[in-house]
Amino acid sequence: MQRQVALIKQSLFDQGYLDEQFMELEELQDDANPNFVEEVAALYFKDSARLINNIDQALERGSFDFNRLDSYMHQFKGSSTSIGASKVKTECTMFREYCRAGNAEGCLRTFQQLKKEHATLRKKLEHYFQAS
Amino acid sequence: MMNPSHGRGLGSGGGSSSGRNQGGGETVVEMFPSGLRVLVVDDDPTCLMILERMLRTCLYEVTKCNRAEIALSLLRKNKHGFDIVISDVHMPDMDGFKLLEHVGLEMDLPVIMMSADDSKSVVLKGVTHGAVDYLIKPVRMEALKNIWQHVVRKRRTEWNVPEHSGSIEDTGERQQQQHRGVSGAAVSGGEDGADDNSSSVNEGNNWRSSSRKRKDEEGEDQGDDKEEDASNLKKPRVVWSVELHQQFVAAVNQLGVEKAVPKKILELMNVPGLTRENVASHLQKYRIYLRRLGGVSQHQGNLNNSFMTGQDASFGPLSTLNGFDLQALAVTGQLPAQSLAQLQAAGLGRPAMVSKSGLPVSSIVDERSIFSFDNPKTRYGDGLGHHGQQHQPQQQMNLLHGIPTGMEPRQLAGLQQQIPMGNRMSIQQQIAAVRAGHSTQNSGMLMPLAGQQPLPRGPPPMIPSSQASIRQPMLSNRISERSGFSGRNSIPESSRVLPTSYTNLATQHSSSSMAYNNFQQELPVNSFPLPSAPGLSVPVPVRKVPSYQEEVNSSEAGFSNPSYEMLTNRQNDWDLRSIGIAFDAHQDAESVAFSNSEAYSSSSMSRNNTAIAATEHGRNQQQPPLLHHQVYADGGNSSVRVKSERVSADSAAMAFHGQYSNQEDLMSALLKQEGIAPVDTEFDFDAYSIDNIPV
Repeated sequence: MQRQVALIKQSLFDQGYLDEQFMELEELQDDANPNFVEEVAALYFKDSARLINNIDQALERGSFDFNRLDSYMHQFKGSSTSIGASKVKTECTMFREYCRAGNAEGCLRTFQQLKKEHATLRKKLEHYFQAS
Repeated sequence: MMNPSHGRGLGSGGGSSSGRNQGGGETVVEMFPSGLRVLVVDDDPTCLMILERMLRTCLYEVTKCNRAEIALSLLRKNKHGFDIVISDVHMPDMDGFKLLEHVGLEMDLPVIMMSADDSKSVVLKGVTHGAVDYLIKPVRMEALKNIWQHVVRKRRTEWNVPEHSGSIEDTGERQQQQHRGVSGAAVSGGEDGADDNSSSVNEGNNWRSSSRKRKDEEGEDQGDDKEEDASNLKKPRVVWSVELHQQFVAAVNQLGVEKAVPKKILELMNVPGLTRENVASHLQKYRIYLRRLGGVSQHQGNLNNSFMTGQDASFGPLSTLNGFDLQALAVTGQLPAQSLAQLQAAGLGRPAMVSKSGLPVSSIVDERSIFSFDNPKTRYGDGLGHHGQQHQPQQQMNLLHGIPTGMEPRQLAGLQQQIPMGNRMSIQQQIAAVRAGHSTQNSGMLMPLAGQQPLPRGPPPMIPSSQASIRQPMLSNRISERSGFSGRNSIPESSRVLPTSYTNLATQHSSSSMAYNNFQQELPVNSFPLPSAPGLSVPVPVRKVPSYQEEVNSSEAGFSNPSYEMLTNRQNDWDLRSIGIAFDAHQDAESVAFSNSEAYSSSSMSRNNTAIAATEHGRNQQQPPLLHHQVYADGGNSSVRVKSERVSADSAAMAFHGQYSNQEDLMSALLKQEGIAPVDTEFDFDAYSIDNIPV
């Protein structure tokens, strides 16, 4: 079981879903806080779901308030970075680039991609936490 | 999967240093920086949670807040309930910078900005708004471990400027403590709580004071001693003889350099009469020295400076280098000057040059070379020298304000460049520039000052190596101070005053003749006991310095004149030190040494002081101490002048950086001079009032 957990974790890193920041979080976990990482992840997904929702709505409105979108995404990027969600972070960056360029199409596209990555990561982490 | 040992938290940071806090017996101090009260503001709950966890792991007390408004009200309700604030930049309800401003204005707490945005403009904004630091997300533990330094730094600043911040009232006590701590540091070898090699060498003191204050405990020597002002000075100094130092080194090696704790070292050394504080301060210096050897550059230099300023006056950079109080030793005769020179040379990796006088001229020289970073002709312009140079400027700067500014030599260089006003550059300005430790910013500021202060001096010899020069005087000062401590006379006081100025000057810019002149004037003071002071004996070493001075002092006899000439001739190579030494050679600080520059100095100084004071005053409302300059300037005697210089320099420095500790240092210096015994760690003063110097 341990080995499996290790493998899962390793693959997450190898595939670029997670980066060193995640390891930092793991180091914060100790006997006094045995589930710290899981808690953080849970919090992240909860919060980011909210953000995604906001962005979705903003995009659906079609008004493309890039400033606002950028602001949301900045937040999203911040938390994604904090837990080491590497791929999600990349998408965030791209999204912001499109925002700055005023490229609505690019924003939409990127956002879809971002949501996908986000969902994938969530599943993988859930799997990981269950295993460990 | 977890790393259980991680809970230790600080690691090499504050946690370990806390154990080494001075033996005030303050548990708080001992635990420093554990228990630091941090307020974290971030609308991102994930980040907030992670930060909280990290900070807790650092053994800090954490309060989370996801809205700026709430944070502000928390802070307002509990003005002294927090030590530091960490805030995100982008927040929905209030811009992080706005919060930063509020906190700065209302509570004057250090604020660290944080963001996933690392664009330069934002970071710059943080700086200009007064953030003490800017962290890029994802924030790592390492970044958080050392945030306590900002607290200490700020506290020191506040203490030095009594009317400055809201924390004054409750730090009134602290101030005393601080002063005590500061002077104590200088006197008793530094009570730097942070034995650890954290960058804030002297801040340990402050922290201690503040911790004490915070926990409402009285330190042993905290408090009301301050009234007697330099009470710390009266403590007998410990002279680190070669044997003693060797014992020390042996003990440290036995314990392991990184793990060596003053307490244990003390036990191992088993030297009667040696206090933990002595060992602590010495350890600090030693560590700096080791680091310096290790090739770390400016920062260590800064540290050295910090050490020097904060601690024994007699500890010059060289002393630190060798882990010996070489100068002190030399001065006190325990260590023949030649040996000192050799030791220093050895330490510096340079050929030992023994001064004729047998005094630690070489040390001075070495120092000089180290310091005169932009003086290619520096005798010791070898790698080490240059390296040293880089250090030195910083050191010098640190000396000035005892803050490890980590100013890069290039910064200094930058300053120098920016301070093109050979004649106009007032020492203060230079000092300010140096002190600021900020390159361009300071330089820029200096410039204006220069303009404002018409220094009547003649063509100021540009002394690129003013820094070096300055160093020398400092060294001399140190020596003098040491001597003074050895019970000679009031020299130390004057010496004390000068070093700071000199340092500043030296570091700042060599181009200012004014500076030189000032230095010259001051140098004699530093190096010698003031003419008025009994036992002008120090001058000897000073004399010797000139010989080392690269080419500055062609003659050994008529120092004053040759010095001047040299100054004039060699502006680029001018080694302020040599100049100073030249002056020093003149026992009569007031007359001979200052002969040429005397007129300048007094007038310029007064002028500078006044101008600077005025300038600074205008610039920085918070610096009432500037007035001291004027007071001092009016004194008219050399000591006064010295003070003025210092003050001016400080004021100038302060003017430049409103937020910098320089002001505080200046204030301290000024206050000290006035016998107020301000916290003056940086100036390497032991709260001596210059007034005490019989002129």
